[in-house]
Amino acid sequence: MIELDIVKNDDMEMLLKDISHLYGYDFTQYSKASLKRRLNRICMLDKFASFAELRYRLIHDGAYLSRFIEEITVNVTEMFRDPHFYATLRHHILPILGTYPFIRIWVAGCSTGEEAYSLAILLKETNLFEKTLIYATDINPSVLEKASKSIFPLNQMKQYSRNYILSGGEKDFSSYYVSMYDVAKFHSGLSSKMIFSTHNLVSDSSFNEFQLILCRNVLIYFDKDLQNKVFKLFDDSLQPFGFLALGAKETLRFSNIEQRYKQWNEDRIWKKIS
Amino acid sequence: MMNRKTTEILLIGGSAGSISVLLEVLPHLNDHLSFPIMVVVHRKAHPESILEGLLGFRSRLPVEEAYDKMTLKANYIYLVPADYHLLFENKQMVSLDCSEKVNYSRPSIDVTFQSAAQIYMKHTVALLLSGANTDGLEGLRYIAQQQGTVLVQDPDTAEIAYMPQQALLNLQVDTVLKPEEMASFINQLSTNY
Repeated sequence: MIELDIVKNDDMEMLLKDISHLYGYDFTQYSKASLKRRLNRICMLDKFASFAELRYRLIHDGAYLSRFIEEITVNVTEMFRDPHFYATLRHHILPILGTYPFIRIWVAGCSTGEEAYSLAILLKETNLFEKTLIYATDINPSVLEKASKSIFPLNQMKQYSRNYILSGGEKDFSSYYVSMYDVAKFHSGLSSKMIFSTHNLVSDSSFNEFQLILCRNVLIYFDKDLQNKVFKLFDDSLQPFGFLALGAKETLRFSNIEQRYKQWNEDRIWKKIS
Repeated sequence: MMNRKTTEILLIGGSAGSISVLLEVLPHLNDHLSFPIMVVVHRKAHPESILEGLLGFRSRLPVEEAYDKMTLKANYIYLVPADYHLLFENKQMVSLDCSEKVNYSRPSIDVTFQSAAQIYMKHTVALLLSGANTDGLEGLRYIAQQQGTVLVQDPDTAEIAYMPQQALLNLQVDTVLKPEEMASFINQLSTNY
């Protein structure tokens, strides 16, 4: 079922300005088409009969903001999403990172953590886990809280196991978790090298230097200017010869930093070369 | 038959049984259409999709997979990539979106059709082909509400009639087309013919 179209473009601009002024979250450079769908969706989910009701609630109920941010951002993710990408990480990128004494990885826009856990499994299997730290950040504190619990829906495990095998995994995927009712609880060891923290790609600055940054299917929600701004942030946060990994349909082509990066074959991975 | 509204976008949606129709229609399209064509078909998520090559081989128009923030060009055929919804930012630019599936589908035909209707209004033309579910129906309804043009494949010619049949049962459809009529119909929508 598609959403009703009750939010008009002008309404949206006004609301985004309110939120920016009141709460410091700036969504004004998000892709409008997507954002509008999310606004219509939250009106439907939370039964706002009109846009004005949504606006009133947001302005007058600060506690509603976290709910709003959770629903306005897209939190669709999976483990070993695009198995070929993880195969490239496993066979080509991680062995290079393995030559460093210490590895720092940033999963930017990590949502509920599926990609961070996939990475942790890869690092375990390539014997790099102990010398690695994974910084998993998101704008949205509630998804980070979920991510830190190592608990995922059990009904996803068949798909994740298939992805894992396609990505070159050779173990029994279920050896990484225990099933409890309808959830899979991943072994706590996996999250022991993860640091969860809120970080807003729009407004927060670089906080460390990394050898690998993963930011997959996040930039599609930003307009071109904001994309370039975030590329600059990633560039500032990557060590020379570090790697930037994007989503399957995202690219550094046409960006401001394109010249100084080299794409890894056909994969959505770029190496910082100067 | 229809009042002349300039066509600014042609959307083609389909599911099971739609690829063979596209393969029949594409070779007969003019290669100087005055609008872009956006094709949304349900397919398995697959990185190196062969569909682009398959359709490109048959078409005189360039066939490309749509990418995020891409600028649309007239006389191009774009395919919505597997596992993403496609939305229109404005008349020149599209965005990809991998939010929740709609009608168990990503891409969803409804999502792209609705988004196009919001941008191109009555200048939207959409053609719904063979398929086994109702994705596309609400999108067509939305296009009809904006006075766009709603076309469906003649269910008698569809491998799976359900999708076009549902449109005919539920909506005021402008024209019902057999596959052999589609190319000439599309060609005459162009102001360059």
